Amino acid sequence: MTTPGSAAALALGDDALVLSHRLGEWAGNAPVLEEEVALANIALDLLGQARVLLSLVGDEDELAYLREERAFRNLQLVEQPNGDFAHTIARQLYFSTYQHLLYAELSAGDGPFAPLAAKAVKEVAYHRDHAEQWTLRLGDGTDVGHDRMGRACESLWRFTGEMFQPVEGLDVDRERLEGAWLDSVENVLRRATLTVPEGPRSGAWQAGAGRQGLHTEPFGRMLAEMQHLHRSHPGASW
Amino acid sequence: MTNTDWPLWEVFVRSRRGLSHTHAGSLHAPDAELALRNARDLYTRRGEGVSIWVVPSSVITASSPDEKDPFFEPAADKPYRHPTFYEIPEGVKHL
Amino acid sequence: MATAAAHHTAQTAGAQADGGQGGVRQEPLVDTAAYERAFDAAVAAEERVEPRDWMPDAYRATLVRQIAQHAHSEIIGMQPEANWITRAPSLRRKAILMAKVQDEAGHGLYLYSAAETLGTGRDELLDKLHTGRQKYSSIFNYPTLTWADVGAIGWLVDGAAITNQVPLCRCSYGPYARAMVRICKEESFHQRQGYELLLALSRGTPEQHAMAQDAVDRWWWPSLMMFGPPDDESAHSAQSMAWKIKRHSNDELRQRFVDICVPQAESLGLALPDPDLKWNEERGHHDFGAIDWAEFWDVLKGNGPCNEQRITQRRRAHDEGAWVRDAAAAYAAKHNGGTGVSRG
Repeated sequence: MTTPGSAAALALGDDALVLSHRLGEWAGNAPVLEEEVALANIALDLLGQARVLLSLVGDEDELAYLREERAFRNLQLVEQPNGDFAHTIARQLYFSTYQHLLYAELSAGDGPFAPLAAKAVKEVAYHRDHAEQWTLRLGDGTDVGHDRMGRACESLWRFTGEMFQPVEGLDVDRERLEGAWLDSVENVLRRATLTVPEGPRSGAWQAGAGRQGLHTEPFGRMLAEMQHLHRSHPGASW
Repeated sequence: MTNTDWPLWEVFVRSRRGLSHTHAGSLHAPDAELALRNARDLYTRRGEGVSIWVVPSSVITASSPDEKDPFFEPAADKPYRHPTFYEIPEGVKHL
Repeated sequence: MATAAAHHTAQTAGAQADGGQGGVRQEPLVDTAAYERAFDAAVAAEERVEPRDWMPDAYRATLVRQIAQHAHSEIIGMQPEANWITRAPSLRRKAILMAKVQDEAGHGLYLYSAAETLGTGRDELLDKLHTGRQKYSSIFNYPTLTWADVGAIGWLVDGAAITNQVPLCRCSYGPYARAMVRICKEESFHQRQGYELLLALSRGTPEQHAMAQDAVDRWWWPSLMMFGPPDDESAHSAQSMAWKIKRHSNDELRQRFVDICVPQAESLGLALPDPDLKWNEERGHHDFGAIDWAEFWDVLKGNGPCNEQRITQRRRAHDEGAWVRDAAAAYAAKHNGGTGVSRG
């Protein structure tokens, strides 16, 4: 089913679905009990968003469990493995800031995503705040934390350009979005006494990246785990 | 990590229908900002607390504690948290 | 507790509210017998004991251990279920499972807080868990081998926990009773979730039905063991009953659980793996077969399928998280003068 908005719904829905999955991997492994609750909170919000967005395109479970890697349209950023807590927080900082700015703009318009965005914007404001609070603490706490956070921010920097690539059916001012994103992220990093990374913000592969269905190697393994049980029982209900 | 690094905080929540803050419980956090956020996650997951106070346990002077029971409000958007969301066949008891 | 409130003046100056950072300290008294009589009378009259009230040392110690072990059970219990989050076969089931595991973390938090009102910090309690000096419910030493195990845990393990926990809502110690009220409300979603999951499998494909039956076959007997050894072998029960920390005997609760599960199993279309299970008209209860107590004691001692795995994962999460907790504490010290109290 291809409607004008379906490429965009898939892109945004896959972002939320994949990031939710990664955050779910922290269950039982978080650094402190209070973060178990916080990370699960974020994961559940994202899963809720994913379900609404995917349902705009087709059956949510068929889309989640029966597509191959090349059919997923999520950013490469969100599929990156959790790594240590610093990596997870850096990924959250980059993505939640983008998501908050994006949904704020979508909810202010009257496009097809306005109603969903209006509800989601409250949730992602909280995700962004959580990421910022932790960026400050990891960057400006101990030397160990500072080093880990610095490495994490550097290593994920090259995935951040993709967030501002055009998406068919997503009608937003990408330049303005990117400007606001850079301002915000740079501000938080500086307050956290971290260096703003300087490298390229996209890969050199002309064929594209996540939005074109070209993902990273860990993604295939993630999908295999995610889809295995569902695929083992074709047609079954759960 | 020691207890003093992530000290104990008491949490008070006032719901939309409530007139005053009631004691909901306690949690650990390194500072007030995280305490507030942790309290929101832990004590208002099933509803919307209108106002949350977090207070370091160490600054509370108590005569005899007057802890009230927690107050619950159902949340509209996460129905699977609530027992009524599940379809259980008629006649099955104790669920 | 009016009489014991007067005792506040005898407590060490500087004792902090509800266990805070230093814990409540009590100086030795000339006449504890009077306080003990007042305490016993209050408990017998179903009055609540609160954190700053006088209490026998043994009562305090028993409660700390019981509440802490309950808290440990919640957080260890996250593991067997979290095991299936990444493989949940539908988005709806995934959301439900993530919420359930999140609740368990939350329950652990409520319970550690209740234990802390008695003067022992969370760190000390976690240390006891990690070194085996305090235990967690032995049921979590069993593995979740299939998706259906998630349902079996919800229906049977949470069902048994609820049977145990509802009476604790009337426990004599206030903070524990109140934590239990909150937990029981959240727990009923857990049990229904498990039941509904199994129902979907039982009514599904032959493979799904077989998966559900296999899970029930493996989880039934360990669930019965959750109620503890038979009454005549249960050492500490009498004192706990007198203090109204424990409200019913092990065998009583186990029988109640069996009677509840039998009709539920019928509605599920699944068999309980006990050929001796049958209704006894005279007793008004279901008779059931002999439990293998050798397995119970062996698993409790450390020989179960997952004991080592559970503690190893728990310790690893804690150790790997140390730098995170340290970073947050250091930040707070830099920005808030170290008191955790923010400026302005």
